[in-house]
Amino acid sequence: MMDALLLARMQFAANITFHILFPTISIGMGWLLLFFRWRWLETRHGNDRVAAHGWLDAYRFWTKVFALTFALGVVSGITMSFQFGTNWPGFMQKVGNIAGPLLGYEVLTAFFLEAGFLGVMLFGHGKVSERVHLMSTFFVAFGTTLSAFWILALNSWMQTPSGHEIVDGVYHVKSWFDVVFNPSFPYRFAHMVLASGLTCAFLLTGLSSWQLLRGVAQRSAPRVLRVGLTLAALLIPVQIVVGDMHGLNTLHHQPAKIAAVEGVWDTERGAPLLLFAIPDSEARTNRFELKLPKLASLILTHELDGEIKGLNDFRDRHPPPLPLFFAFRAMVGIGLLMLATSWLGWWLYRRVLWRAERLPRALLWFFAGMTISGWIATVAGWYVTEIGRQPFIVYGLIRTADVTSAVPSAMIGATLVLYLALYLALIVAYVSVLKYMAEKPEELLQLDAIERAAGAATSPVLPAGSAAWT
Amino acid sequence: MDVMSFDRVLPVVFMALMGASMLVYVISDGYDLGVGMLMHRATDAEKDVLIASIGPFWDANETWLVLGVGILLVAFPKAHGLVLGELYLPVALMLVGLTLRGVAFDFRVKAKDTHKKAWDRLFFAGSTLAAVAQGWMLGRYVSGFGTGWNYPLFAAAIAVALPMAYVLMGATWLIMKTEGQLQERAVQWARIAWAPMVGGLVLISMATPWVSATVRTRWFALPEVIALAAIPLMSGVSLLAVRGLLATRHVRGPVCWLPFVLLVIVFVLGFLGLAYSIYPYVVLDQLTIWQAASSPEALKVILFGTCISVPAIAGYTVFSYRVFRGKTGELKYA
Repeated sequence: MMDALLLARMQFAANITFHILFPTISIGMGWLLLFFRWRWLETRHGNDRVAAHGWLDAYRFWTKVFALTFALGVVSGITMSFQFGTNWPGFMQKVGNIAGPLLGYEVLTAFFLEAGFLGVMLFGHGKVSERVHLMSTFFVAFGTTLSAFWILALNSWMQTPSGHEIVDGVYHVKSWFDVVFNPSFPYRFAHMVLASGLTCAFLLTGLSSWQLLRGVAQRSAPRVLRVGLTLAALLIPVQIVVGDMHGLNTLHHQPAKIAAVEGVWDTERGAPLLLFAIPDSEARTNRFELKLPKLASLILTHELDGEIKGLNDFRDRHPPPLPLFFAFRAMVGIGLLMLATSWLGWWLYRRVLWRAERLPRALLWFFAGMTISGWIATVAGWYVTEIGRQPFIVYGLIRTADVTSAVPSAMIGATLVLYLALYLALIVAYVSVLKYMAEKPEELLQLDAIERAAGAATSPVLPAGSAAWT
Repeated sequence: MDVMSFDRVLPVVFMALMGASMLVYVISDGYDLGVGMLMHRATDAEKDVLIASIGPFWDANETWLVLGVGILLVAFPKAHGLVLGELYLPVALMLVGLTLRGVAFDFRVKAKDTHKKAWDRLFFAGSTLAAVAQGWMLGRYVSGFGTGWNYPLFAAAIAVALPMAYVLMGATWLIMKTEGQLQERAVQWARIAWAPMVGGLVLISMATPWVSATVRTRWFALPEVIALAAIPLMSGVSLLAVRGLLATRHVRGPVCWLPFVLLVIVFVLGFLGLAYSIYPYVVLDQLTIWQAASSPEALKVILFGTCISVPAIAGYTVFSYRVFRGKTGELKYA
């Protein structure tokens, strides 16, 4: 039987991994929907009917994606609000005075805002004016971003705690400003919002490429592809710069995390960049190293002979290097692939004057293959930062083992299996429904039109003007 | 009021806030869970109307649960660990249920037609699982997590009664939001659910003082008992009025909203009775609200945010219900 701590961590990791997939999409997608809607409103009275309806089609299709994504985010978020207590009761008892208000403000200011206006955004057409509808869309988008603000403030505080004082083992706030704007917060927040934008950009690019390959969504897919590629090409260089700054910030505040990421066991000057290795925690050394001399020092300290502290300096205060080493390389690898894909793709698309039918099919296949690349990079990045905080739950101050619950491990194990089965099934369902929706957008839109016609004829409560916008 | 006493009142304020969010949750998610539990009785066309009637609201309804648990977590961290530790398994089952129904709701209209039936079944199953788990948790919580043969029995009774109450709420919601044949059927569903719901309520009211000595002394102390008698009396009158209305034609006319509103009143009364029984404990006989509360500084910070945001939340909740007022038309993404 595995110990309760490990099971509790696995259960929480499973849930938080599942959860982050959906906010990662909905944070960026809210703003993209606002953009699509705004483009439709701008073009609807113009001469180019195809363009106008392309934007409307895009809005309608991606709204459905958003609704599905949001629902999954809500239900997995509810699960999380319970698991704080079931899995880590000691956490709230110790730092409740800090974590509590941050989580409370997330629910009060952001969660309600999104959920409250979502109904109007999704189903309110014809019932409210265009302006009110656009405002509702804005509130939803703003709410998701505000949500990210509070959650990342708390997460960053757990990584680089500041602005608190400890009285009899309980944490109290000295300065809310220092708690919220703790040293790693600005970098982490920017990094995550950009990650969300990139995830959406590749989702747009990938699914619209898939639609072009299947010959569906002719009006919207070429436009969405252009938006996706442009957004990706704009965001990825910014993300690389922000990621580098975030890394330097981590080196300053959490050197053990960086040592694990780089696979450095003994403190050294002019540390090489390991392209591949298998860190062995038992023997405290790396196997099968493939390295570029001095490059790690250059990247991290911007000096060829800069010093990097090794894991042996931290002994029982460092994370397990193996998962960090690989998760970091997965994230950076995908980031570089994103850079190449988006710049090359944008340039090629522009060269054919944004005429999607002239793009080579192989390129569209490649874009389609990149559809969920943002997910993988985001999850890998979160593994680096979260596993990298271990063995602490609040870095340097509170150990994870000290806040775990007394629930018997058999019960945690049983519910872990239950959650894992559910999450795997839901991810499969989500991805297959996205693919299905992408392939059948016209049928779905037509179905809506039929329903609308039937509804307008039979339903007396629908305002007469509700069909006016089509 | 001096500072000391304000600090002492703060936990009470938060207990009230938590109770209020839980009450709003039980009422609002109650009707949409109830509608979910009626799914298997509806025809395929009616299923779409059922879903459409709760479509714009369910996300926001569930947010009240997050707020309630959030306040428990934030304002009473010791109680949060204790309560959720005791309820570990039913919480997990409820979450699975809520997850299934939440996603089934969205998947059913987007998946292949051949899969729609499966999602509908999951929607029904998830709603039922969540409601039963909530009933069990309520039963365990009210009795202070007592051990002994009678306690699980008590919890099991509530695990049956609460879903019945939700079904009745769901049916009266449909009476209010639909018309024609479906409305007629909703009236029948409400009639069927009425008796077990009321039976459960009576049984529980009798059993509660039996499983808890604290509640017993609370309820039957003179002279409070006279004032307290208003709660069961008013509940009884409201429930009888619901039954009476269901038997008339008027329920399908201009007063179609009345059974739902009467049930909301019953829920509010039940909640007040519960609050009176438990106060000043956050976990009956184990932890008072002052023992469990966070520091006054932290509570003040949250109270500040609450004072600003709760009126705003109330505002746009009212806005959303106004936008979707009246009978449910077809629901489509715009």
